[in-house]
Amino acid sequence: MTDLNEVIVEVRPPAAEEKLRKLLLAGLGGDAAAYHAFLKQLSVLLRGFLRGRLYRMPDEVEDLVQETMLAIHNQRHTYDAGQPLTAWVYAIARYKMIDLLRRRAGREALHEPLDDEAAIFAKSDHEPDDARRDLERLLENLPDRHRLPIVHVKLQGRSVAEAAKLTGMSESAVKVGIHRGLKALAAFIRSSDEDR
Amino acid sequence: MKTDELVSMLARGAEPVPTDAGRTRFRSALAVAAVTSVALMAGTLGVRPDLVEAARDPMFWVKLGFPALLALGAMLGSWRLVHPGMKLRRVVLGIAAPILAMALLAAVVLWVSQPEARAGMIFGSTWYICPPTITMLAVPGLALMLWMARDFAPTRPALAGAACGLAAGTLAALAYSLHCPEMQAPFIAVWYLLGMLIPAVIGALLGARLLRW
Repeated sequence: MTDLNEVIVEVRPPAAEEKLRKLLLAGLGGDAAAYHAFLKQLSVLLRGFLRGRLYRMPDEVEDLVQETMLAIHNQRHTYDAGQPLTAWVYAIARYKMIDLLRRRAGREALHEPLDDEAAIFAKSDHEPDDARRDLERLLENLPDRHRLPIVHVKLQGRSVAEAAKLTGMSESAVKVGIHRGLKALAAFIRSSDEDR
Repeated sequence: MKTDELVSMLARGAEPVPTDAGRTRFRSALAVAAVTSVALMAGTLGVRPDLVEAARDPMFWVKLGFPALLALGAMLGSWRLVHPGMKLRRVVLGIAAPILAMALLAAVVLWVSQPEARAGMIFGSTWYICPPTITMLAVPGLALMLWMARDFAPTRPALAGAACGLAAGTLAALAYSLHCPEMQAPFIAVWYLLGMLIPAVIGALLGARLLRW
C-alpha cells in the first residue's frame, strides 16, 4: 500500500502543517477568507490521502473527499488547538473511509476485480475528478427550515439578516438552520448511500 | 457540485466557533451524571446510617478512592475518544493503574489473612447486589454521556461508548460506596470493578450503533 501518494502525504513538512493549522484557527475565529484557504488546501490533502488508499475505487474518491470535507466542517469544534492538525484530519478521513468501505462491503464483493492500473495512472492530487453525487441536488431533500437558510446564505451569499427577511425566519433560526441543515445533509449522504 | 464550489459554500459567512463550548458541555454532562447517581442512591437505597464512623476507617477511603481514580481515567478517555486523532496512552495508564493497584492490595490482604476467612472477604454479604446496583445507578449517566458524545466526533464509536459507560459506572460506584456496608479490599477489587465494567460493556454495544456519524 505504499504508493507515491501515500508517501507524499505522510511526510508533509511541518511548515505545511503549521500553515494549515494557522488558517484553521483563524477560520474558527471567524475569518472566512482564512477558512476558505484552509478548506481549499484541505481538499488537496484529502484527495491525496484518499486516492492513495482507495485505488480500487477511483470513482468514489471525489465523493468521499466532499463527504469528509462536510464532516470536518460540521465537527470543526472538535479540533483542539494543542493537537497536531494532520492527526485530527486523517483520523476523520480514515473514519469516513472505513464507513464507506463498510457501506460498500456487500456490493463490492460482487464485482471485485477493479483495474489495478488505476493506481499507476493516478492523477496528481490537485486534479479533482467529477463528484458523482451532487450535493446541491441532495440539498433539495432537506426541509425548508434547513434548506432555505443554506441556499440563501451559503449558496447565494446573502447575509443572515437578508435571509431572515426573505424567509420570514428569525436570524437565530437562520443560523441554527444552516448548522443543523449541514449536519442533516451529512446524515442524508450516509443514509441515501446505504439504499443505493 | 464541484469540490471547489463546496469549499466556497462551507466557507461563505462562516461564523466564529466558540472554543470552550465543547468543554463546558462535557463537564456539565459529567456533573449531572454524578449528581443523578448520588440522588438515585440516596432516594432508593439511602446513605449508610453509620457514615461518620465508617469515615474513620481507612478502608472507607480506599473504597471511595478506587472508583474516584478510575473515574479520572475514564473521563480523560471519554474526552479523548470523542475527539478525532487524540493519543490514548495516558488513558490506558489512567485506567489500568487503579485496577492493578486495587488488585494488588486485595491480593496482599488475602495473602496475610486466615485461609478460612478469605471467602468471606471476597463475597461479603452483598456480592450479588453490588454489581447490578452499580449498573442501575449508572443508567442515567450513561444515557447522558452517550447523548453528549453525539455532539462530538468519535472515530472509534464502540471504544468511545465504552469510555462513556466506564465514566458513568465509576460515578455510580462512587455513589454506591456511600450506601454499601462492605469494607474489605478483595470485595471492592472484584464486585465494584465488575459493577463498573458492566456499564462500560453496555456503553460499547450502544456506542457502536448510536455514535456513528
